[in-house]
Amino acid sequence: MNSKDFYLALAEKKLIGSSCQVCGLQQVPQRKLCPQCHAENTQITTFSGKGTLAAFTVIRVPPMHMARAGYGSKTPYCVGIVALEEGPSVSAQILNVDLANPDEISIGMPLRMTTIKRESDPSERTYLAFEPC
Amino acid sequence: MRQSNWAREVAVVGVGMSKFGAFPEQSSRDLFVEAFLELRDIIDKDFELDQIDAFYLGNFSSDQFEKQAHLAPILANWVGLSPIPAVRVEGACASGGIAIRQGALAIAAGLADVVLVGGVEKMTDLEIAEVTEALATAADTLYEIPAGFTFPGFYAAMASAYMTEFGADQKAFHQVCIKNHQNGALNPKAQYNQTIAQIMAAKKARAVQKGKPSPEWENEGSFLSDPRANPSIAWPLSLFDCSPVTDGSAVLLLTESKKAKQFTDHPLYLVGSGQASDGALNERKTLFNIPAAVTAAKHAYAMAGLKPEQIDLAEVHDCFTIAEIMASEDLGFFDRGEGWKAALDGKTRRDGPRPINTSGGLKAKGHPVGASGIGQVVELWKQLRGEAGERQVEGDPQIGLAHNVGGTGQTCVVNILERRN
Ligand SMILES: [Zn+2]
Repeated sequence: MNSKDFYLALAEKKLIGSSCQVCGLQQVPQRKLCPQCHAENTQITTFSGKGTLAAFTVIRVPPMHMARAGYGSKTPYCVGIVALEEGPSVSAQILNVDLANPDEISIGMPLRMTTIKRESDPSERTYLAFEPC
Repeated sequence: MRQSNWAREVAVVGVGMSKFGAFPEQSSRDLFVEAFLELRDIIDKDFELDQIDAFYLGNFSSDQFEKQAHLAPILANWVGLSPIPAVRVEGACASGGIAIRQGALAIAAGLADVVLVGGVEKMTDLEIAEVTEALATAADTLYEIPAGFTFPGFYAAMASAYMTEFGADQKAFHQVCIKNHQNGALNPKAQYNQTIAQIMAAKKARAVQKGKPSPEWENEGSFLSDPRANPSIAWPLSLFDCSPVTDGSAVLLLTESKKAKQFTDHPLYLVGSGQASDGALNERKTLFNIPAAVTAAKHAYAMAGLKPEQIDLAEVHDCFTIAEIMASEDLGFFDRGEGWKAALDGKTRRDGPRPINTSGGLKAKGHPVGASGIGQVVELWKQLRGEAGERQVEGDPQIGLAHNVGGTGQTCVVNILERRN
């Protein structure tokens, strides 16, 4: 189990994490050592990808890697924290929301997982994203 | 975590601070020397350099900002302190606060009697996009940054959770900005010496000068609500919710408390200190506050034997306006969900019942990240000794608190200082 596994799984459109075989704690991303019971007995699990929006922002001053992907003051994007139905939360880009009216994006709204590739990305990674469902 | 107490008590016996701002001609060592020279002048009594046993430097990332790592021994040498131990400590924007704690730990442990603590950051050499990139390394670059988060974005997300949970709106954030600029206007060391009203008037005058119609802002609130004057950075936060990019340095001289009166008749005693850590933002049970700040504050209060209501004034980590509101609750000054109303009601103004950020805070004084936690204590020193001039808090304040946050709250440190008569 390594840090790279998370993005390798996303390339196959799977959201993975780990679940502790001793205390049952679920984690995203995956970890070898359970931070709750400290057992070194966790296994990779695939999450359902269903969750709700816990916090979000609409960014108009992007970092360089997002600017290269085409985002900017007139082309903002939404990023947030999603509470997964299995318990843990995860950071991800949020797609298909009304970027011009962030007031209308509501915390608690149901979301489902998707993935996104970004323009001019030298890593050619697949990133985690969510959209309303 | 066990409750801690000093094995030997620690005092602050002198402070120094450079001007905060953007100084293209000055490197971090120039800023540090400027702060150090002020410290040397400020010590009331005799002070020889060879009395200093160790040096702790708070610095987030001179490696990225100036391509200079290993900064502590250079700065020690630049002020004539070689060969004493010189250590750089890094806790993102809490580097200064934890440097104070490390210096105090060296004294408490008996390894040193007199310690110089400094903080410095030289940020404005880089383009703004590069600064953003450098600051982003204080977050989780494996998972959070690839998702698209920026630092304004993290605090904006916390603001979204806070607004939904407690019904707050951006008007409360505006009041934090207006207040901190009012205080900063009275601080000669601050990066911004203009109130929001003055900034608004200057923009109106500039428009007229260019032959354009004068914008119709009625007051500071309508100015801050106008996206042309105050563009959105990361909804719900706009430009004036964000602390600036700053160059600056601040220093303190700490001693074992029994030696304090050799340096000054009016030392401040470090009666409480707490520090805590946390995981990434998505790891937390609550997003409308900073849990590690609650833990750090709890330890600092327990050590000092004090309650929040006994704190006369506080310098809190307002890297963004929402951060000041959350801090005012995390530190126990207001009940959970009441901080935004307190800001709207003016309770945290200089002349209010709970003065916060009389220096101008990070917002107006500036935020040279490694120096910010030490700059907070410089303000407490001035206020508690009655030396804050035009911005002096009335009522003879005796106890002050400094609250310093690294990243989104992965590191938090709270230091409480007391003047004894
Ligand atoms: Zn476990």
